[in-house]
Amino acid sequence: MERYSGFGLFKHALSHHENWQRHWRNPTPKKRYDVIIVGGGGHGLATAWYLAKEFGITNVAVIEKGWLGGGNTARNTTIVRSNYLWDEAAQLYNHSLDLWKGLSQDLNYNVMFSQRGVLNLAHTLQDMRDVQRRVNANRLNGIDSEVVTPERIKEIEPALDTSKRARYPIMGASWQQSAGVARHDAVAWGFARGADSLGVDLLQNTEVTGFRIRDGKVLGVHTNRGDIEANTVGCVAAGNSGVLANMAGLKLPLESHPLQALVSEPLKPILNTVTMSNHVHGYCSQSDKGDLVIGAGIDGYLGYGQRGSFPTVEHTLQAIVEMFPMFSRVRMNRQWGGIVDTCPDACPILSKTKVKGLYFNCGWGTGGFKATPGSGHVFAASLAKGEMHPIAAPFSIDRFNTGALIDEHGAAGVAH
Amino acid sequence: MFYIFCPYCDERREEEEFHPSGQAHITRPADPENCSDEEWGDYLFFRDNPRGIHHELWVHRLGCRKFFNITRDTTTYEILETYPMGERPTVTAERAGVRQEQGVQTADGGWQTVGARPENSKLNEETPS
Ligand SMILES: Cc1cc2nc3c(=O)[nH]c(=O)nc-3n(C[C@H](O)[C@H](O)[C@H](O)COP(=O)(O)OP(=O)(O)OC[C@H]3O[C@@H](n4cnc5c(N)ncnc54)[C@H](O)[C@@H]3O)c2cc1C
Ligand SMILES: [Zn+2]
Repeated sequence: MERYSGFGLFKHALSHHENWQRHWRNPTPKKRYDVIIVGGGGHGLATAWYLAKEFGITNVAVIEKGWLGGGNTARNTTIVRSNYLWDEAAQLYNHSLDLWKGLSQDLNYNVMFSQRGVLNLAHTLQDMRDVQRRVNANRLNGIDSEVVTPERIKEIEPALDTSKRARYPIMGASWQQSAGVARHDAVAWGFARGADSLGVDLLQNTEVTGFRIRDGKVLGVHTNRGDIEANTVGCVAAGNSGVLANMAGLKLPLESHPLQALVSEPLKPILNTVTMSNHVHGYCSQSDKGDLVIGAGIDGYLGYGQRGSFPTVEHTLQAIVEMFPMFSRVRMNRQWGGIVDTCPDACPILSKTKVKGLYFNCGWGTGGFKATPGSGHVFAASLAKGEMHPIAAPFSIDRFNTGALIDEHGAAGVAH
Repeated sequence: MFYIFCPYCDERREEEEFHPSGQAHITRPADPENCSDEEWGDYLFFRDNPRGIHHELWVHRLGCRKFFNITRDTTTYEILETYPMGERPTVTAERAGVRQEQGVQTADGGWQTVGARPENSKLNEETPS
Protein backbone atom coordinates (compact mmCIF):
# COMPACT_ATOMS: atom_id res chain seq x y z
CA MET A 1 0.00 0.00 0.00
CA GLU A 2 1.29 3.38 -0.95
CA ARG A 3 1.33 5.50 2.21
CA TYR A 4 -0.12 8.98 2.04
CA SER A 5 1.96 11.92 3.25
CA GLY A 6 2.70 15.55 2.50
CA PHE A 7 5.79 14.45 0.63
CA GLY A 8 3.76 11.98 -1.45
CA LEU A 9 1.37 14.75 -2.41
CA PHE A 10 4.31 16.83 -3.61
CA LYS A 11 5.83 13.91 -5.50
CA HIS A 12 2.57 13.15 -7.31
CA ALA A 13 2.10 16.79 -8.18
CA LEU A 14 5.19 16.47 -10.38
CA SER A 15 3.34 13.92 -12.53
CA HIS A 16 0.08 15.89 -12.47
CA HIS A 17 -1.56 13.45 -10.03
CA GLU A 18 -2.00 10.89 -12.77
CA ASN A 19 -0.17 8.02 -11.13
CA TRP A 20 -1.96 7.50 -7.83
CA GLN A 21 -2.42 3.87 -6.91
CA ARG A 22 -5.89 2.35 -6.79
CA HIS A 23 -7.33 2.16 -3.30
CA TRP A 24 -8.02 -1.57 -3.47
CA ARG A 25 -7.88 -4.57 -5.79
CA ASN A 26 -10.91 -6.08 -7.45
CA PRO A 27 -10.15 -9.76 -6.83
CA THR A 28 -11.73 -12.94 -8.18
CA PRO A 29 -13.52 -14.76 -5.35
CA LYS A 30 -11.58 -17.68 -3.89
CA LYS A 31 -13.34 -20.94 -3.15
CA ARG A 32 -12.73 -20.73 0.56
CA TYR A 33 -12.01 -18.14 3.27
CA ASP A 34 -11.53 -18.34 7.03
CA VAL A 35 -14.11 -15.64 7.58
CA ILE A 36 -16.78 -14.14 5.34
CA ILE A 37 -18.28 -10.75 6.14
CA VAL A 38 -21.59 -10.10 4.39
CA GLY A 39 -22.08 -6.39 3.81
CA GLY A 40 -19.40 -3.91 2.73
CA GLY A 41 -20.59 -0.90 4.69
CA GLY A 42 -18.47 0.84 7.31
CA HIS A 43 -19.17 -1.79 9.97
CA GLY A 44 -18.37 -4.75 7.71
CA LEU A 45 -15.18 -3.14 6.40
CA ALA A 46 -14.08 -2.14 9.90
CA THR A 47 -14.66 -5.72 11.06
CA ALA A 48 -12.46 -7.02 8.23
CA TRP A 49 -9.73 -4.50 8.97
CA TYR A 50 -9.56 -5.30 12.70
CA LEU A 51 -9.69 -9.04 11.94
CA ALA A 52 -6.61 -8.66 9.77
CA LYS A 53 -4.74 -6.06 11.78
CA GLU A 54 -5.42 -7.06 15.38
CA PHE A 55 -6.19 -10.74 15.13
CA GLY A 56 -3.98 -11.76 12.24
CA ILE A 57 -6.87 -13.29 10.28
CA THR A 58 -6.27 -12.15 6.73
CA ASN A 59 -7.96 -14.87 4.69
CA VAL A 60 -11.17 -12.86 4.78
CA ALA A 61 -13.75 -11.85 2.17
CA VAL A 62 -16.12 -8.91 2.43
CA ILE A 63 -19.09 -9.62 0.16
CA GLU A 64 -21.01 -6.56 -0.97
CA LYS A 65 -23.95 -6.63 -3.35
CA GLY A 66 -23.50 -3.06 -4.54
CA TRP A 67 -20.44 -0.90 -4.11
CA LEU A 68 -18.44 -0.41 -0.92
CA GLY A 69 -20.03 1.93 1.59
CA GLY A 70 -23.05 2.61 -0.64
CA GLY A 71 -25.62 1.68 2.02
CA ASN A 72 -26.34 3.70 5.14
CA THR A 73 -22.66 4.47 5.49
CA ALA A 74 -22.91 6.75 2.44
CA ARG A 75 -26.27 8.15 3.45
CA ASN A 76 -25.95 9.17 7.06
CA THR A 77 -25.52 12.57 8.67
CA THR A 78 -22.24 11.56 10.35
CA ILE A 79 -22.91 12.55 13.95
CA VAL A 80 -20.48 10.90 16.36
CA ARG A 81 -21.20 11.02 20.10
CA SER A 82 -21.23 8.66 23.06
CA ASN A 83 -23.58 10.29 25.59
CA TYR A 84 -25.86 7.26 25.93
CA LEU A 85 -27.75 6.54 29.14
CA TRP A 86 -27.12 2.92 30.06
CA ASP A 87 -23.77 1.46 31.06
CA GLU A 88 -23.72 -1.16 28.29
CA ALA A 89 -24.41 1.36 25.53
CA ALA A 90 -22.10 3.99 27.04
CA GLN A 91 -19.23 1.50 27.02
CA LEU A 92 -19.84 0.47 23.44
CA TYR A 93 -20.13 3.99 22.02
CA ASN A 94 -17.30 5.32 24.16
CA HIS A 95 -15.03 2.50 23.03
CA SER A 96 -15.83 3.66 19.54
CA LEU A 97 -15.17 7.32 20.34
CA ASP A 98 -11.74 6.36 21.69
CA LEU A 99 -10.93 4.61 18.42
CA TRP A 100 -12.18 7.57 16.35
CA LYS A 101 -9.54 9.79 17.95
CA GLY A 102 -6.62 7.95 16.37
CA LEU A 103 -8.38 6.58 13.33
CA SER A 104 -6.92 8.84 10.64
CA GLN A 105 -3.41 7.92 11.83
CA ASP A 106 -4.21 4.22 12.21
CA LEU A 107 -5.61 4.04 8.70
CA ASN A 108 -3.21 6.55 7.13
CA TYR A 109 -6.39 8.00 5.69
CA ASN A 110 -8.00 11.29 6.63
CA VAL A 111 -11.47 10.50 7.96
CA MET A 112 -11.91 14.19 8.84
CA PHE A 113 -13.00 13.44 12.39
CA SER A 114 -13.88 16.80 13.86
CA GLN A 115 -14.70 17.08 17.57
CA ARG A 116 -16.90 20.13 17.32
CA GLY A 117 -19.30 19.00 20.05
CA VAL A 118 -22.95 18.05 20.18
CA LEU A 119 -25.84 19.86 21.85
CA ASN A 120 -28.95 17.83 22.74
CA LEU A 121 -31.61 20.45 23.44
CA ALA A 122 -34.30 20.34 26.12
CA HIS A 123 -37.54 22.26 25.66
CA THR A 124 -39.69 21.02 28.54
CA LEU A 125 -39.25 20.31 32.23
CA GLN A 126 -39.30 16.60 31.52
CA ASP A 127 -36.65 17.08 28.82
CA MET A 128 -34.50 18.87 31.40
CA ARG A 129 -34.90 16.03 33.92
CA ASP A 130 -33.95 13.52 31.23
CA VAL A 131 -30.92 15.58 30.22
CA GLN A 132 -29.76 15.84 33.84
CA ARG A 133 -30.20 12.15 34.41
CA ARG A 134 -28.33 11.27 31.24
CA VAL A 135 -25.49 13.72 31.95
CA ASN A 136 -25.09 12.27 35.45
CA ALA A 137 -25.03 8.75 34.08
CA ASN A 138 -22.49 9.80 31.43
CA ARG A 139 -20.17 11.32 34.01
CA LEU A 140 -20.30 8.18 36.13
CA ASN A 141 -19.19 6.34 33.00
CA GLY A 142 -16.32 8.75 32.41
CA ILE A 143 -17.93 10.40 29.40
CA ASP A 144 -17.45 14.16 29.14
CA SER A 145 -20.90 15.62 29.38
CA GLU A 146 -22.43 18.65 31.00
CA VAL A 147 -25.74 20.44 31.40
CA VAL A 148 -25.65 23.90 29.81
CA THR A 149 -27.95 26.90 30.22
CA PRO A 150 -29.60 28.85 27.38
CA GLU A 151 -26.97 31.61 27.86
CA ARG A 152 -24.14 29.14 27.37
CA ILE A 153 -25.97 27.58 24.40
CA LYS A 154 -26.13 31.01 22.80
CA GLU A 155 -22.35 31.30 23.14
CA ILE A 156 -21.78 27.87 21.65
CA GLU A 157 -24.22 28.24 18.78
CA PRO A 158 -25.31 31.86 18.17
CA ALA A 159 -27.50 30.91 15.19
CA LEU A 160 -29.92 29.02 17.46
CA ASP A 161 -33.08 30.80 18.59
CA THR A 162 -32.62 30.73 22.36
CA SER A 163 -35.16 33.48 22.97
CA LYS A 164 -38.31 33.08 25.03
CA ARG A 165 -40.34 33.94 21.94
CA ALA A 166 -39.74 30.56 20.35
CA ARG A 167 -42.71 28.24 20.16
CA TYR A 168 -40.71 25.65 22.12
CA PRO A 169 -38.26 27.77 24.11
CA ILE A 170 -34.92 26.11 24.83
CA MET A 171 -34.54 25.47 28.56
CA GLY A 172 -31.09 23.90 28.43
CA ALA A 173 -29.14 21.14 26.78
CA SER A 174 -26.61 18.42 27.29
CA TRP A 175 -23.23 19.26 25.79
CA GLN A 176 -20.62 16.71 24.81
CA GLN A 177 -17.54 18.59 23.68
CA SER A 178 -15.69 15.49 22.49
CA ALA A 179 -18.49 14.54 20.08
CA GLY A 180 -18.60 15.72 16.47
CA VAL A 181 -18.72 14.57 12.89
CA ALA A 182 -16.55 12.62 10.43
CA ARG A 183 -16.42 12.14 6.68
CA HIS A 184 -18.63 9.09 6.05
CA ASP A 185 -17.20 8.00 2.68
CA ALA A 186 -13.64 8.37 3.90
CA VAL A 187 -14.40 6.04 6.79
CA ALA A 188 -15.58 3.28 4.43
CA TRP A 189 -12.71 3.90 1.99
CA GLY A 190 -10.08 4.09 4.71
CA PHE A 191 -11.10 0.77 6.25
CA ALA A 192 -11.45 -0.80 2.79
CA ARG A 193 -8.00 0.33 1.66
CA GLY A 194 -6.46 -0.81 4.94
CA ALA A 195 -8.17 -4.21 4.86
CA ASP A 196 -7.24 -4.77 1.22
CA SER A 197 -3.60 -3.96 1.90
CA LEU A 198 -3.53 -6.68 4.57
CA GLY A 199 -4.89 -9.24 2.12
CA VAL A 200 -8.66 -9.06 2.62
CA ASP A 201 -10.64 -9.67 -0.60
CA LEU A 202 -13.31 -7.02 -1.17
CA LEU A 203 -15.89 -8.60 -3.48
CA GLN A 204 -18.19 -5.94 -4.91
CA ASN A 205 -21.30 -6.54 -7.02
CA THR A 206 -21.59 -9.89 -5.28
CA GLU A 207 -24.88 -10.64 -3.58
CA VAL A 208 -25.38 -13.28 -0.93
CA THR A 209 -28.50 -15.21 -1.92
CA GLY A 210 -28.46 -17.95 0.70
CA PHE A 211 -26.43 -19.82 3.29
CA ARG A 212 -24.98 -23.30 3.24
CA ILE A 213 -25.93 -24.80 6.57
CA ARG A 214 -25.50 -28.42 7.63
CA ASP A 215 -26.16 -29.99 11.07
CA GLY A 216 -26.71 -26.54 12.54
CA LYS A 217 -23.33 -25.26 11.30
CA VAL A 218 -22.65 -22.68 8.64
CA LEU A 219 -20.43 -23.91 5.80
CA GLY A 220 -20.54 -20.88 3.51
CA VAL A 221 -22.74 -18.70 1.38
CA HIS A 222 -24.44 -18.84 -2.00
CA THR A 223 -23.83 -15.79 -4.15
CA ASN A 224 -24.68 -14.66 -7.65
CA ARG A 225 -21.02 -15.47 -8.47
CA GLY A 226 -21.10 -19.00 -7.09
CA ASP A 227 -20.71 -20.62 -3.68
CA ILE A 228 -18.02 -19.48 -1.29
CA GLU A 229 -17.02 -21.53 1.75
CA ALA A 230 -16.21 -20.41 5.30
CA ASN A 231 -16.95 -21.76 8.75
CA THR A 232 -17.36 -18.29 10.21
CA VAL A 233 -19.80 -15.84 8.62
CA GLY A 234 -20.61 -12.41 10.03
CA CYS A 235 -23.64 -10.58 8.61
CA VAL A 236 -23.40 -6.80 8.75
CA ALA A 237 -26.16 -5.78 6.38
CA ALA A 238 -28.10 -2.99 8.18
CA GLY A 239 -31.57 -2.64 6.62
CA ASN A 240 -31.30 -5.96 4.82
CA SER A 241 -30.34 -8.00 7.89
CA GLY A 242 -33.85 -9.39 8.26
CA VAL A 243 -33.80 -10.61 4.67
CA LEU A 244 -30.49 -12.40 5.30
CA ALA A 245 -31.69 -13.89 8.59
CA ASN A 246 -34.69 -15.22 6.74
CA MET A 247 -32.40 -17.04 4.29
CA ALA A 248 -30.79 -18.78 7.27
CA GLY A 249 -34.17 -19.67 8.79
CA LEU A 250 -33.73 -17.14 11.61
CA LYS A 251 -35.89 -14.27 12.74
CA LEU A 252 -34.61 -10.93 14.06
CA PRO A 253 -36.57 -8.37 16.09
CA LEU A 254 -35.87 -5.71 13.48
CA GLU A 255 -38.01 -3.49 11.31
CA SER A 256 -36.59 -1.79 8.23
CA HIS A 257 -37.64 1.81 7.74
CA PRO A 258 -36.58 4.55 5.35
CA LEU A 259 -34.66 7.35 7.07
CA GLN A 260 -33.86 10.41 5.07
CA ALA A 261 -31.50 13.33 5.15
CA LEU A 262 -31.10 16.52 3.19
CA VAL A 263 -28.40 19.03 2.49
CA SER A 264 -28.75 22.68 1.58
CA GLU A 265 -26.83 24.76 -0.88
CA PRO A 266 -23.35 25.55 0.49
CA LEU A 267 -23.24 28.54 2.85
CA LYS A 268 -20.45 30.52 4.47
CA PRO A 269 -19.52 29.07 7.88
CA ILE A 270 -22.49 29.60 10.20
CA LEU A 271 -22.74 26.58 12.52
CA ASN A 272 -20.06 25.73 15.09
CA THR A 273 -21.40 22.48 16.38
CA VAL A 274 -24.04 19.78 15.94
CA THR A 275 -27.47 20.62 17.35
CA MET A 276 -30.09 17.97 17.97
CA SER A 277 -33.56 18.28 19.41
CA ASN A 278 -35.77 15.36 20.38
CA HIS A 279 -38.69 17.55 21.13
CA VAL A 280 -39.06 19.56 17.95
CA HIS A 281 -37.45 16.55 16.27
CA GLY A 282 -34.69 17.61 13.96
CA TYR A 283 -30.96 18.08 13.89
CA CYS A 284 -28.45 20.07 11.93
CA SER A 285 -24.74 20.57 11.40
CA GLN A 286 -22.64 22.16 8.67
CA SER A 287 -20.24 20.22 6.52
CA ASP A 288 -16.79 21.51 5.69
CA LYS A 289 -18.09 22.14 2.18
CA GLY A 290 -20.62 24.54 3.68
CA ASP A 291 -23.90 22.74 3.23
CA LEU A 292 -26.29 22.33 6.13
CA VAL A 293 -26.67 18.63 6.87
CA ILE A 294 -30.18 17.99 8.11
CA GLY A 295 -32.10 15.01 9.36
CA ALA A 296 -34.99 13.96 11.54
CA GLY A 297 -37.29 10.97 11.88
CA ILE A 298 -37.96 7.77 10.02
CA ASP A 299 -40.94 7.09 7.82
CA GLY A 300 -43.25 5.16 10.11
CA TYR A 301 -43.95 2.26 7.76
CA LEU A 302 -41.71 -0.57 6.64
CA GLY A 303 -39.90 0.15 3.43
CA TYR A 304 -36.92 -0.90 1.37
CA GLY A 305 -37.08 1.95 -1.16
CA GLN A 306 -34.03 4.09 -0.43
CA ARG A 307 -35.96 7.33 -0.47
CA GLY A 308 -38.03 9.10 2.14
CA SER A 309 -41.56 10.47 1.94
CA PHE A 310 -42.51 14.09 1.33
CA PRO A 311 -44.48 14.64 4.57
CA THR A 312 -41.31 13.72 6.48
CA VAL A 313 -39.27 16.29 4.53
CA GLU A 314 -41.80 18.91 5.50
CA HIS A 315 -41.76 17.98 9.21
CA THR A 316 -37.98 17.93 9.21
CA LEU A 317 -37.70 21.43 7.81
CA GLN A 318 -40.39 22.75 10.16
CA ALA A 319 -38.19 21.60 13.03
CA ILE A 320 -35.07 23.19 11.55
CA VAL A 321 -36.79 26.52 11.02
CA GLU A 322 -38.16 26.39 14.57
CA MET A 323 -34.61 26.01 15.89
CA PHE A 324 -32.86 28.25 13.34
CA PRO A 325 -35.41 30.79 12.04
CA MET A 326 -32.66 32.40 9.93
CA PHE A 327 -32.53 29.27 7.74
CA SER A 328 -36.10 29.72 6.54
CA ARG A 329 -34.97 30.89 3.11
CA VAL A 330 -32.06 28.54 2.59
CA ARG A 331 -32.61 26.31 -0.42
CA MET A 332 -32.26 22.57 -0.15
CA ASN A 333 -29.99 20.93 -2.68
CA ARG A 334 -30.41 17.17 -2.34
CA GLN A 335 -32.50 14.68 -0.41
CA TRP A 336 -32.06 10.92 -0.09
CA GLY A 337 -32.89 7.97 2.11
CA GLY A 338 -31.30 4.91 3.62
CA ILE A 339 -32.91 1.80 5.08
CA VAL A 340 -32.38 1.61 8.82
CA ASP A 341 -32.85 -1.55 10.87
CA THR A 342 -34.61 -0.35 14.00
CA CYS A 343 -34.57 -2.52 17.09
CA PRO A 344 -37.24 -2.46 19.83
CA ASP A 345 -34.85 -1.10 22.49
CA ALA A 346 -32.96 1.26 20.15
CA CYS A 347 -29.74 -0.70 20.69
CA PRO A 348 -27.85 -2.90 18.24
CA ILE A 349 -27.60 -6.67 18.07
CA LEU A 350 -24.10 -8.15 18.17
CA SER A 351 -24.72 -11.81 18.56
CA LYS A 352 -24.23 -15.45 17.87
CA THR A 353 -27.22 -17.28 16.44
CA LYS A 354 -28.70 -20.76 16.62
CA VAL A 355 -26.55 -21.61 13.60
CA LYS A 356 -23.00 -22.31 14.74
CA GLY A 357 -20.48 -19.97 13.12
CA LEU A 358 -23.15 -17.53 11.91
CA TYR A 359 -23.08 -14.13 13.61
CA PHE A 360 -25.10 -10.96 13.18
CA ASN A 361 -24.07 -7.36 13.74
CA CYS A 362 -27.13 -5.24 13.03
CA GLY A 363 -29.97 -3.25 14.56
CA TRP A 364 -27.90 -0.04 14.61
CA GLY A 365 -30.95 1.64 13.18
CA THR A 366 -30.71 5.37 12.93
CA GLY A 367 -27.49 5.77 14.88
CA GLY A 368 -24.71 3.36 13.99
CA PHE A 369 -22.26 5.52 12.06
CA LYS A 370 -20.70 6.78 15.30
CA ALA A 371 -20.07 3.19 16.31
CA THR A 372 -18.30 2.12 13.12
CA PRO A 373 -14.79 1.57 14.54
CA GLY A 374 -15.99 0.26 17.91
CA SER A 375 -18.49 -2.13 16.39
CA GLY A 376 -15.93 -3.40 13.90
CA HIS A 377 -13.38 -3.89 16.66
CA VAL A 378 -15.54 -5.83 19.13
CA PHE A 379 -17.20 -7.82 16.36
CA ALA A 380 -13.83 -8.81 14.90
CA ALA A 381 -12.68 -9.90 18.37
CA SER A 382 -15.82 -12.01 18.72
CA LEU A 383 -15.42 -13.67 15.32
CA ALA A 384 -11.72 -14.31 15.94
CA LYS A 385 -12.22 -15.92 19.35
CA GLY A 386 -15.61 -17.57 18.82
CA GLU A 387 -16.79 -15.85 22.01
CA MET A 388 -18.55 -12.50 22.15
CA HIS A 389 -16.26 -9.67 23.31
CA PRO A 390 -17.29 -8.43 26.79
CA ILE A 391 -18.45 -5.07 25.40
CA ALA A 392 -20.57 -6.86 22.77
CA ALA A 393 -21.97 -9.60 25.03
CA PRO A 394 -24.93 -7.63 26.50
CA PHE A 395 -26.16 -6.98 22.95
CA SER A 396 -27.07 -10.62 22.37
CA ILE A 397 -30.26 -11.43 20.53
CA ASP A 398 -31.34 -13.45 23.59
CA ARG A 399 -32.19 -10.25 25.42
CA PHE A 400 -35.55 -10.10 23.66
CA ASN A 401 -36.56 -13.33 25.34
CA THR A 402 -34.82 -12.92 28.68
CA GLY A 403 -36.07 -9.35 29.07
CA ALA A 404 -32.60 -7.81 29.60
CA LEU A 405 -33.31 -4.95 27.20
CA ILE A 406 -31.06 -1.88 27.04
CA ASP A 407 -33.64 0.81 26.59
CA GLU A 408 -31.95 3.73 24.88
CA HIS A 409 -35.04 5.42 23.49
CA GLY A 410 -34.46 8.33 25.85
CA ALA A 411 -30.92 9.00 24.69
CA ALA A 412 -31.71 8.06 21.13
CA GLY A 413 -35.01 9.81 20.42
CA VAL A 414 -33.34 11.68 17.59
CA ALA A 415 -30.99 8.88 17.30
CA HIS A 416 -28.28 9.89 14.92
CA MET B 1 -47.15 10.33 -1.20
CA PHE B 2 -49.74 7.65 -0.49
CA TYR B 3 -53.33 8.22 -1.33
CA ILE B 4 -55.07 5.73 0.90
CA PHE B 5 -58.55 4.21 0.59
CA CYS B 6 -60.11 4.11 4.07
CA PRO B 7 -62.51 1.14 4.16
CA TYR B 8 -64.67 2.91 6.74
CA CYS B 9 -64.84 6.36 5.18
CA ASP B 10 -65.15 4.67 1.81
CA GLU B 11 -62.92 7.23 0.12
CA ARG B 12 -59.30 8.00 -0.69
CA ARG B 13 -57.46 10.44 1.54
CA GLU B 14 -53.90 11.78 1.77
CA GLU B 15 -51.20 9.91 3.66
CA GLU B 16 -50.87 12.59 6.32
CA GLU B 17 -54.31 11.77 7.76
CA PHE B 18 -53.09 8.26 8.55
CA HIS B 19 -50.57 6.69 10.86
CA PRO B 20 -48.90 3.29 10.45
CA SER B 21 -48.97 1.03 13.50
CA GLY B 22 -46.86 -1.96 12.53
CA GLN B 23 -47.61 -5.52 11.50
CA ALA B 24 -51.27 -6.58 11.26
CA HIS B 25 -52.95 -9.74 12.52
CA ILE B 26 -50.84 -10.25 15.64
CA THR B 27 -52.88 -12.22 18.13
CA ARG B 28 -52.40 -11.82 21.84
CA PRO B 29 -51.41 -15.06 23.57
CA ALA B 30 -54.59 -16.90 24.58
CA ASP B 31 -53.12 -18.08 27.86
CA PRO B 32 -50.67 -15.36 28.94
CA GLU B 33 -50.02 -16.87 32.39
CA ASN B 34 -48.51 -19.93 30.81
CA CYS B 35 -46.41 -18.41 28.05
CA SER B 36 -42.72 -19.25 27.94
CA ASP B 37 -40.11 -16.45 27.70
CA GLU B 38 -39.70 -17.50 24.10
CA GLU B 39 -43.39 -16.99 23.34
CA TRP B 40 -43.59 -13.63 25.14
CA GLY B 41 -40.48 -12.36 23.38
CA ASP B 42 -41.84 -13.40 20.03
CA TYR B 43 -45.19 -11.80 20.70
CA LEU B 44 -43.72 -8.52 21.91
CA PHE B 45 -40.67 -7.98 19.74
CA PHE B 46 -40.34 -10.22 16.70
CA ARG B 47 -42.06 -8.96 13.56
CA ASP B 48 -42.20 -9.89 9.91
CA ASN B 49 -39.91 -7.58 7.98
CA PRO B 50 -40.23 -8.74 4.39
CA ARG B 51 -39.00 -7.27 1.16
CA GLY B 52 -42.30 -7.52 -0.70
CA ILE B 53 -45.88 -8.11 0.43
CA HIS B 54 -46.63 -6.97 3.97
CA HIS B 55 -49.90 -6.78 5.91
CA GLU B 56 -49.95 -3.83 8.24
CA LEU B 57 -52.16 -1.98 10.67
CA TRP B 58 -52.95 1.67 10.05
CA VAL B 59 -55.18 4.17 11.80
CA HIS B 60 -57.15 6.94 10.12
CA ARG B 61 -55.88 9.28 12.81
CA LEU B 62 -57.19 12.59 11.48
CA GLY B 63 -60.33 11.10 9.92
CA CYS B 64 -62.67 8.50 11.35
CA ARG B 65 -59.96 7.44 13.83
CA LYS B 66 -60.57 3.77 13.12
CA PHE B 67 -57.94 1.08 12.69
CA PHE B 68 -57.85 -0.97 9.50
CA ASN B 69 -55.41 -3.09 7.50
CA ILE B 70 -53.30 -2.46 4.42
CA THR B 71 -51.54 -4.93 2.15
CA ARG B 72 -48.53 -3.15 0.72
CA ASP B 73 -45.39 -3.99 -1.20
CA THR B 74 -42.41 -2.73 0.81
CA THR B 75 -40.17 -2.41 -2.24
CA THR B 76 -42.49 -0.72 -4.76
CA TYR B 77 -44.61 0.89 -2.00
CA GLU B 78 -47.77 -0.03 -3.91
CA ILE B 79 -50.82 -0.41 -1.70
CA LEU B 80 -52.58 -3.49 -3.06
CA GLU B 81 -55.66 -3.42 -0.84
CA THR B 82 -57.10 -1.98 2.35
CA TYR B 83 -59.61 -3.91 4.46
CA PRO B 84 -61.45 -3.48 7.75
CA MET B 85 -60.47 -5.02 11.08
CA GLY B 86 -61.55 -8.60 11.43
CA GLU B 87 -61.17 -9.40 7.73
CA ARG B 88 -58.39 -11.42 6.15
CA PRO B 89 -56.30 -10.12 3.23
CA THR B 90 -57.24 -11.18 -0.29
CA VAL B 91 -53.80 -10.32 -1.68
CA THR B 92 -50.90 -12.28 -0.17
CA ALA B 93 -47.32 -13.20 -1.06
CA GLU B 94 -48.66 -16.47 -2.48
CA ARG B 95 -51.67 -14.87 -4.16
CA ALA B 96 -50.43 -11.70 -5.85
CA GLY B 97 -52.73 -9.10 -7.36
CA VAL B 98 -54.62 -6.05 -6.39
CA ARG B 99 -58.17 -5.57 -5.18
CA GLN B 100 -60.04 -4.64 -8.33
CA GLU B 101 -62.51 -2.13 -6.91
CA GLN B 102 -59.70 -0.17 -5.16
CA GLY B 103 -56.90 -0.23 -7.73
CA VAL B 104 -53.26 0.48 -6.85
CA GLN B 105 -53.00 3.32 -4.32
CA THR B 106 -49.68 5.01 -4.73
CA ALA B 107 -48.24 8.18 -6.11
CA ASP B 108 -46.39 8.29 -9.43
CA GLY B 109 -42.72 7.66 -9.73
CA GLY B 110 -40.67 4.56 -9.17
CA TRP B 111 -38.86 3.81 -5.96
CA GLN B 112 -35.20 3.16 -6.09
CA THR B 113 -34.20 -0.04 -4.32
CA VAL B 114 -31.03 -1.09 -2.56
CA GLY B 115 -28.07 -2.25 -4.63
CA ALA B 116 -26.82 -2.13 -8.16
CA ARG B 117 -26.08 0.98 -10.17
CA PRO B 118 -24.80 1.33 -13.72
CA GLU B 119 -21.30 0.03 -13.39
CA ASN B 120 -18.14 1.63 -14.47
CA SER B 121 -16.62 -1.27 -16.37
CA LYS B 122 -13.06 -0.16 -15.80
CA LEU B 123 -13.40 -0.27 -12.03
CA ASN B 124 -14.85 -3.75 -12.30
CA GLU B 125 -11.92 -5.29 -14.10
CA GLU B 126 -10.72 -8.18 -12.04
CA THR B 127 -7.23 -8.18 -10.68
CA PRO B 128 -5.68 -11.45 -9.49
CA SER B 129 -5.95 -12.00 -5.75
C1 LIG C 1 -30.34 9.35 6.65
C2 LIG C 1 -29.52 8.67 7.71
C3 LIG C 1 -28.89 9.44 8.69
C4 LIG C 1 -28.12 8.82 9.68
N1 LIG C 1 -27.45 9.61 10.55
C5 LIG C 1 -26.60 9.06 11.43
C6 LIG C 1 -25.79 9.89 12.27
O1 LIG C 1 -25.82 11.12 12.19
N2 LIG C 1 -24.96 9.30 13.18
C7 LIG C 1 -24.89 7.93 13.30
O2 LIG C 1 -24.16 7.46 14.16
N3 LIG C 1 -25.63 7.12 12.49
C8 LIG C 1 -26.48 7.64 11.56
N4 LIG C 1 -27.22 6.84 10.73
C9 LIG C 1 -27.13 5.38 10.88
C10 LIG C 1 -25.89 4.83 10.21
O3 LIG C 1 -25.82 5.28 8.87
C11 LIG C 1 -25.89 3.30 10.19
O4 LIG C 1 -26.22 2.77 11.46
C12 LIG C 1 -24.52 2.75 9.81
O5 LIG C 1 -23.98 3.46 8.72
C13 LIG C 1 -24.66 1.30 9.46
O6 LIG C 1 -23.47 0.85 8.86
P1 LIG C 1 -23.40 -0.61 8.26
O7 LIG C 1 -22.05 -0.78 7.73
O8 LIG C 1 -23.89 -1.57 9.29
O9 LIG C 1 -24.53 -0.61 7.14
P2 LIG C 1 -24.50 -0.17 5.53
O10 LIG C 1 -23.54 0.93 5.35
O11 LIG C 1 -25.89 0.00 5.17
O12 LIG C 1 -23.86 -1.46 4.92
C14 LIG C 1 -24.58 -2.67 4.75
C15 LIG C 1 -24.19 -3.23 3.41
O13 LIG C 1 -24.70 -4.56 3.26
C16 LIG C 1 -24.96 -4.77 1.90
N5 LIG C 1 -25.84 -5.92 1.73
C17 LIG C 1 -27.12 -6.05 2.13
N6 LIG C 1 -27.62 -7.24 1.78
C18 LIG C 1 -26.61 -7.91 1.14
C19 LIG C 1 -26.51 -9.20 0.55
N7 LIG C 1 -27.53 -10.06 0.52
N8 LIG C 1 -25.31 -9.56 -0.02
C20 LIG C 1 -24.27 -8.71 0.00
N9 LIG C 1 -24.30 -7.47 0.55
C21 LIG C 1 -25.47 -7.08 1.12
C22 LIG C 1 -25.57 -3.45 1.47
O14 LIG C 1 -25.49 -3.27 0.07
C23 LIG C 1 -24.76 -2.43 2.24
O15 LIG C 1 -23.70 -1.85 1.52
C24 LIG C 1 -28.01 7.41 9.72
C25 LIG C 1 -28.64 6.64 8.75
C26 LIG C 1 -29.37 7.26 7.74
C27 LIG C 1 -30.03 6.41 6.69
ZN1 LIG D 1 -61.57 6.66 7.81
